[in-house]
Amino acid sequence: MSFRTDMAKARGLGSAKDGTHHWVSQRLTAIALIPLTLAFLYPFATSLGSGYEAVRETYQNPIHALVAILTFLVMFRHLRLGIQIVVEDYVHGPRLRAGLLITNALIWRGFAVIGIFAVAKIAFGA
Amino acid sequence: MADGKQVERPLSPHITIYRPQLTSMLSIVHRITGVGLALGAVLIVWWFLAAATSPAYFAYVDGLLTSVIGLLILVGSLWAFWYHFFNGIRHLRWDAGKGLGIGESARSGWRVVAFSLVFTAASIWLVTGGSLGA
Repeated sequence: MSFRTDMAKARGLGSAKDGTHHWVSQRLTAIALIPLTLAFLYPFATSLGSGYEAVRETYQNPIHALVAILTFLVMFRHLRLGIQIVVEDYVHGPRLRAGLLITNALIWRGFAVIGIFAVAKIAFGA
Repeated sequence: MADGKQVERPLSPHITIYRPQLTSMLSIVHRITGVGLALGAVLIVWWFLAAATSPAYFAYVDGLLTSVIGLLILVGSLWAFWYHFFNGIRHLRWDAGKGLGIGESARSGWRVVAFSLVFTAASIWLVTGGSLGA
C-alpha cells in the first residue's frame, strides 16, 4: 500500500520535451539523404563484385570516400530516429520496449562508427 | 466523474475494422522498407569493413553479397530504397502542407509505386550495363 498521492506519481512523467527536436532531425536527415544516397549508390553498386583492388581504388578517391562517410553519418542517425518510433508505436511490454529503445539508441551509432572507420581506413590507404 | 466510476464512453472505430486502402498500405510499407533498409545498411557496412580488412575476407563477404541469395537481398533493398526515397519526398511535401487532399495523396501514392519500380529496373540496367546478372 502506497501513501504517495496520484499527483506525486504523475509528476515528472510527462513529455520528455524532445519531440520537436526528433521531428526536425528526422526531416533534416531525410533532406540531406536525398543527394547523399544518390551520390553514394552508383559507385557502391558498381564496386560490388569488382574485386578488392578496384574497390579500394574507388574509395581512395576523396569524393567517393567523403560521400560514403557523410552517408553513413546521416543515414544511421535517420534510421535510429525512425526505428525508435517503430518500437515506441508497436512494442508495449515495458521491459522489451526499454531494452529495444536502449539497444536502438546505441547500436546504430556503433555501426556508423564502424562504417566511417572502414571507409577512412581504405581512403587513407591503410 | 468525481465518484471515481469509469465513464462508458463510445470508442472511435478501431484500425482493424477499416478496409485496407492505398494510403494506409503505402504508409505501413514505408515503415517496413525503412526497417528493412536498416538491415541493408548493416550489410553495406560489413562489406566496407571487409574491404578495409584483407583481400581474403573481402572475397568472402563480396562473394556472399554477389551470390544469388545476396543479389536477391540487394535487389530487394534497392527497390525498398527507391520506394522509401520517393515516398519520403511525398512525406516531405505533406510536411510542407502540400498535396494533402484525398485525390492527390492517392495519385502521388501511385506515382511512388510506379517510380519505385521504374527506378529499380533502370538502376539495375545502369549498374550492370544492360547485361543482367552478369
